[in-house]
Amino acid sequence: MGYVLKTKDMDAILKKWGGDAIIFAPVRYAGQSEFSGQDSIRYGAVKSIGDIVFDEKSSFTFKEALLPLCETLFYFTENSVKEADGKEKSAIIFLRSCDLHALRVFDEIYLNSGPADYYYARLRENARFILMGCEKSFRNCFCVDMGTNISQNYDAYIKLDEGNVHVDNKFDGWTADFESAAQSSATVTPDYVTDTDVHVRIPENLSLDVMDSNMWTEYDTRCINCGRCNFSCPTCTCFTMQDIHYTDNGWAGERRRVHASCMVDGFTDVAGGASYRQGNGQRMRFKALHKVYDYKKRFGYHMCVGCGRCDDVCPEYISFSTIINKLEQGMEEVTVNDEK
Amino acid sequence: MTRNEYVPFSSHVLQVTRHTAIEYTFRMEYSGELKPGQFFEVSLPKFGEAPISVSGIGDGTVDFTIRRVGRVTNEIFEKYAGENLLLRGPYGNGFDVEDYKGKELVIIAGGTGLSPVKGVVDYFSGHPDEVQGMTLLAGFKSPSDILFLEDFGRWKQTMDVILTVDFAEETDNSCQIGLVTEHIPQLKVKNKKEAAVIVVGPPVMMHFCAKGLLESTFSEENIWVSFERKMCCGIGKCGHCKIDDSYVCLDGPVFPYLKGKTLID
Repeated sequence: MGYVLKTKDMDAILKKWGGDAIIFAPVRYAGQSEFSGQDSIRYGAVKSIGDIVFDEKSSFTFKEALLPLCETLFYFTENSVKEADGKEKSAIIFLRSCDLHALRVFDEIYLNSGPADYYYARLRENARFILMGCEKSFRNCFCVDMGTNISQNYDAYIKLDEGNVHVDNKFDGWTADFESAAQSSATVTPDYVTDTDVHVRIPENLSLDVMDSNMWTEYDTRCINCGRCNFSCPTCTCFTMQDIHYTDNGWAGERRRVHASCMVDGFTDVAGGASYRQGNGQRMRFKALHKVYDYKKRFGYHMCVGCGRCDDVCPEYISFSTIINKLEQGMEEVTVNDEK
Repeated sequence: MTRNEYVPFSSHVLQVTRHTAIEYTFRMEYSGELKPGQFFEVSLPKFGEAPISVSGIGDGTVDFTIRRVGRVTNEIFEKYAGENLLLRGPYGNGFDVEDYKGKELVIIAGGTGLSPVKGVVDYFSGHPDEVQGMTLLAGFKSPSDILFLEDFGRWKQTMDVILTVDFAEETDNSCQIGLVTEHIPQLKVKNKKEAAVIVVGPPVMMHFCAKGLLESTFSEENIWVSFERKMCCGIGKCGHCKIDDSYVCLDGPVFPYLKGKTLID
């Protein structure tokens, strides 16, 4: 059901929701970009519509609301463990269409593949999602080619227009709030882009053989394996376990999980010192094929949602869409080698 | 409500058997369904968790043969009978002994690779009638690296056992010298095409064993392998063990060779 509200009335609704939910949305952090004098757009808690950045892409994503960067799983003493308490408040998350598609990836891995993840399920259970439309595509986006430019599975869609807030609500729990605050009802449909400046083509004959292509050697030197691409990616789901102990009692502490990166050293280390994929080129291959090849082989659709954030944040200006577009030539190269 | 897989339970160390200076078997309390080749996340708070294969299954017990090679395992070695370790699991598919019943079975193990497959050896050692014949080919670096020496005596009574070491300064008759691959052509198997083979060990060893087996006319589809990877969760979430579209913790660690050979990091 669609509504038009005054911004102050929407703010009143957010205030009400804020009683038992944290509202996460892209926020401007002035001067906090990796580049001097630039702002950083990242997720943070908001109290009003004015806090939310609608007209720029965030560098990092909503995923931290459901899989915190660092999450305590349990506390331990020498002979006992105690599960960490859940959050008192649920999450209401503002996000774009590409991100809603990324949520599907998180649900796939954390809820549907193997046993469900208790901590993710706990945060996910009462989370609500508010779609932010895209009137135009941003730099490095290629969502249309990845088929993620349109989403229907939102709880509400919100758009700002000349001081008013246009809403399409699908969640029964919010209907009364919108009904009582709306100036008028209206038909509201989400804005979405139908073309992007960047295009990608994933070759149909793509296979693991492409690992032998020379296309990856460039990244042995260009990539500095900082892992920013992973941490900014809305579909990177990996984590590592970490035990910490308190300094004044070495036998008490907590086990945490922290976001992990397949580009960073140590990701594949096994006991005894062995590890796999030493070079950054092959790590790039592992990541790229996960995003546009092997995830689809397992789950039926591509993992990459084409948000282009990995390109936005790479300090070496490596372009992931360029990597995707090199795969076709890479396959030709290894297929020719086969024929010889 | 979703079950919390991450919170471990406490288990008593019942018995510690020393095999070598850096390899001990810890017998722990555990009651529940269990298959050889499955693994547990064994942990000590403060030091972390490590995935450890089940090396023996008893009545109310589980054995872990642990090599002292890392932060967690160093600390586990400080634990002795009567103390506790934290466990969660079992995880992974493990070996299904049904796959091998009624066949000639060859098990090739390198070093600690014998641990995950030891349950299968033990099972058919106790039920020799359920296979048409069985050979255990086990290789270690040197005589002082041999694991489960006492078990070998028992196994020899019901199966062909080839115990070999890569090198030895002095030779007695307890073991042969040479890599496991050198013994593959001499395997006494009546019907190589139909025989089932399990290969577990370091990646290079498994690669060359498979090569040797195929050259000796064993069939690709009758070979099984088991993988070792970093596994932080054991339930397909953390991503560390993913190879191509497979998660070693969910789909493995035991794979038919036809699948295993496609899993290249």
